[in-house]
Formats: sequence, C-alpha cells, structure tokens
Amino acid sequence: MDYILSIVTLACINMIAVLGLSIFTGFTGLFSFGHAAFVGVGAYTSAVLTYYYPVPFPLALAAGAAAAGAVSLVIGVPTLRAKLRSDYFAIAILGFGEALRVILENLGITNGARGLPGIDDHTTLPVVLLCLAGGVVVARNFLRSRWGVACVAVREDPVAAELSGVRIFRTRLLSLVVSAVFCGLSGGLLAHFLSFIQPVMFTLTQSTQLLAAVIAGGMGSITGPLIASFVFIALPEALRVAQMWRLVAYGLLLVLIMVYRPQGLMGYRELSSLWGKRAGPSAGRRP
Amino acid sequence: MNSPAAPLFSVRGLTKHFDGIKAVDSLSFDVAEGSITGIIGPNGAGKTTVFNIVTGLYRPTAGSVLFRGESITGLRPDRVVRRGIARTFQNIRLFNRRSCLDNVMTPLFQRERCSFLGSLLGTPSTRRMERELRERAVGLLQVLGLERFASTQADNLPYGFQRKLEIARALATEPSLLLLDEPAAGMNPEETRSLADLIAEVRERFQVTILLIEHHMDLVMNICSPIVVMNFGALLARGTPDEVRADPAVVAAYLGKGRGRR
Repeated sequence: MDYILSIVTLACINMIAVLGLSIFTGFTGLFSFGHAAFVGVGAYTSAVLTYYYPVPFPLALAAGAAAAGAVSLVIGVPTLRAKLRSDYFAIAILGFGEALRVILENLGITNGARGLPGIDDHTTLPVVLLCLAGGVVVARNFLRSRWGVACVAVREDPVAAELSGVRIFRTRLLSLVVSAVFCGLSGGLLAHFLSFIQPVMFTLTQSTQLLAAVIAGGMGSITGPLIASFVFIALPEALRVAQMWRLVAYGLLLVLIMVYRPQGLMGYRELSSLWGKRAGPSAGRRP
Repeated sequence: MNSPAAPLFSVRGLTKHFDGIKAVDSLSFDVAEGSITGIIGPNGAGKTTVFNIVTGLYRPTAGSVLFRGESITGLRPDRVVRRGIARTFQNIRLFNRRSCLDNVMTPLFQRERCSFLGSLLGTPSTRRMERELRERAVGLLQVLGLERFASTQADNLPYGFQRKLEIARALATEPSLLLLDEPAAGMNPEETRSLADLIAEVRERFQVTILLIEHHMDLVMNICSPIVVMNFGALLARGTPDEVRADPAVVAAYLGKGRGRR
C-alpha cells in the first residue's frame, strides 16, 4: 500500500510540472526541452532553505516556485524578445537547462554532483493533492483570463494576435514564467518527498518526459496531459514485473498514441466542454 | 471633431523596396473620416503591402503614415491597433482552433484592464467582466449574422462566414479605421451584394471609416468613394467611381484588359 501511495504521490508531483509545461507548450505553442531545469531550481532552492536554514516548508515551496519563475526570465527575456521560431527556442532552452545542471553540479551549497541527501520529508499525498488541485484551478483561471486568451491567440496566429492588440513578447514571457513557477513548485515537492536530489535528476531526459506527456495528452487541453502524465508514471511502475520490457511498453505506448491520436488524447478540446464531463483526473484517482 | 479639411488617415510618399523591387513607390493619398475608400489595382500592384506597412507588419523604406494628424509610421502592430486601426487579411487569419466567440473575445479582452492576481483566483469581479465581454462578443456576432456559430470552431465555419468572423474580430478592437483586404474574395455575386450591404451597415453602426482592397469591380464601384487606383506600387488615379472609370490611364492599365474579371 505504501508503495502504491508513493507512486501516486510521485505521479501527482509530476502532474504539477506537466500542468505548467502544458500552459507553455500546449496553450502558447512554444516547445521546450528545458523545463526540468525549472523543476531543479525549485527543488534545490526549497531544499537548501529547509536543509541549511530553519525555513518552514510552505515558505520554502513558495521560494522554490518564485526562484524558478525568476530564473525563467534569464532565458526568456533574450530568446523570446528575439522572437525566435519555436524550434530555435526549444534548442536555446535545451542549452540553458544543461548549463543550469552544470552550475548545480559545481556549487558548494548544492553538494555538487553527489547530490543533497537527508532533506526533511515534508511532502505527503494530501499536500501534493492540495497543490495539484490549486494548480489546476489557477491554470484554468489563467487560461480563461486576458493573458491566457492572448497565449492561445499567439499559438494560433501570431500576426492576427498582434493585430488583435496582443503583445507577443510579453504574452510569451508571462506564459514561460507561469509555467516555470508550476515546475518550481513541483520541484520543491519532489525534493521533500524523495529526501534526496541530484543534478542528473533534472536533465534533458526529464524535460523530454514532461514534453511527451503534454504532446501525448493533447496540446491545448489541461486534463489530457494530466492523464497522460499519470499514465506515464504509473505504467512503468505497474509493469515492473515485466522487467526490461516495461520501458519498451512505455515507448510503444507513446508511438501508438502519436500514430492513432496525433492530436493527443484530448486534442485541442475546449476546457469548458471537458470540465462538464470530467471533474479533474486527480479527483477520481484519490486513493 | 476634425475640420472637414483634415483627413482621418493619410500616407505620404510611402515607399517599400524588397531587394530592389519597388513594391510601393512614393504613394500618397488621404482617407476622409466616414468614407468608404477603395483601393484597386492589378495583382502585384502593392495594395496589401500598403496595409502591411500601415499596420506595422512592415517598416516602410521611406515615407510616413499619418493617423488623426499624428505619425504612426513604424509603430508595432499592437500599438497601431490601440490607436484605432484594425484590419482583415486577404488569406484569412483566424484563431482556427478556437470558437467564434473566443475569436471575438480575444481583442475585447486586450482592451480591458484586469488584475492578474484577481484573474488567477477567479474573483467575482473578473467573472463579471468575463460575462460582460461575452455579451459584447455575442452582440458583435449578431451584427455579422454569426450568432448561431458562437460555439463553432472557427476553421469549421463556411468560407464566407470566416471572412465575416474576421470583420467581427476586427470590430472588437473598436477601431475608427477598418482596413478590409479583399473581403469579397471567393464569394459569388449574391454573397458579394449582401457583403456590400453589410459593409455599409457596419460603417453606420460603428461610426467607422473603411479602406478596402477589392477585385470585385461591382462591389467597389457601388459602395466606394473615392477610389484609389494603384499600379506597380504607385498611385495611378484617384477619384469618384465615375472619374476612375473614365480615366484613360486606368482603363489602359486595368479595366481595359480585364473587363471580365469579377
């Protein structure tokens, strides 16, 4: 039971990061191979605060999320101002993510590549579910707001968006910061769940997994990526009995989704139409 | 109010070169407030380029764009929109995977001052504003005869309605000058006639000045005055429909060889 509980917790922590990336990639239309770095910033910031200083857990979580948002400005301002095409931006942020990992590996306070062991395990399933539920509500409100509407307009047609009064650079930057804050929160929860973090946990591999969940779930849907992310975390665990074949199954699942549902599980379906039918995937999976 | 002599909008010596090709060549003309001004000219005459310069998508090589007596040359597109100029596109540009209502609500939202935190928390005041905007968007869809498509995804609309949705979205920016780039493209004669009525109605109802590019001669001759004729990026003629029709240069460049083009 403990084992299942911890898998569910881990999946829900991951869902918060996927939620953030789906705002940026799904709704704003920019690909990113670097969002795991924001998870890492959140993880290390909050972990360092509770590890070395007597900072309360909620405050450390908030600081981690804020730090991730601030760090996203560093890469966002120069690249998004240059209005790089989506694929170039994806490469730029990939380099940024790897650079961040190298920094984490060489700082004294992060204990370098060996990682930070013995972080207090404050993260419990109720805390994670609370964060996830809050995150879903905030994400939904954001997407309904002036800024969220602008994000989707930029994704659909940047020229028409600009001529509808949307400021493209600001909209993309805001979307990046909001998504990084979600990732940072997810990182803080992760650090205090695993009690141990290491720079290699926040590399391209993890970024790709986040992106895979968003794409497989459906760009332009909140519930789709959440479901996909849960499946992607839960499935390999459930298939542990199958030993080496579980990763093959994981890859096969991705390929099948892309072949049969190229638009993702949920496609671009409207949030409001989804909301009536599904009251959020997390609610239904409460153990 | 402006004195009758001061035009709402004008371009002065507008020039745009693309690698040595003069797409627009020292073009100057005025648009009087309240008019429906037409721009005609053969394909490649530089008509759409003029729209692209005016709305800030291109920087002109030389010349200036004046709106309400102020220069808006080289202003970013979203700033141009805020000044009160909106446009539609020759090759329709809608927010395809959004509903018609959302298409119209996008520009409405951008005009509002919203509290970011309030929006994230979904406070009652932001909800109220959202409802108000939705009502206004529905109102705009009604004017264009699109209310029954409110929840239809934009790219599922029939072609003619997509053009109308673009006009609705442009009107949602509350412009005082509306640029229409071939609004009747792909429409049959009957649809074109009803579009002409619609454009006239839009001008009355929204007190908006209209500048339109069109190839349908009957539409232009019926509702536009004055008409600006462009050829090879330069101004060829300017005048009432009758004057333009009688102008030998225009006949030679355009109408003469293309009587059948409609």
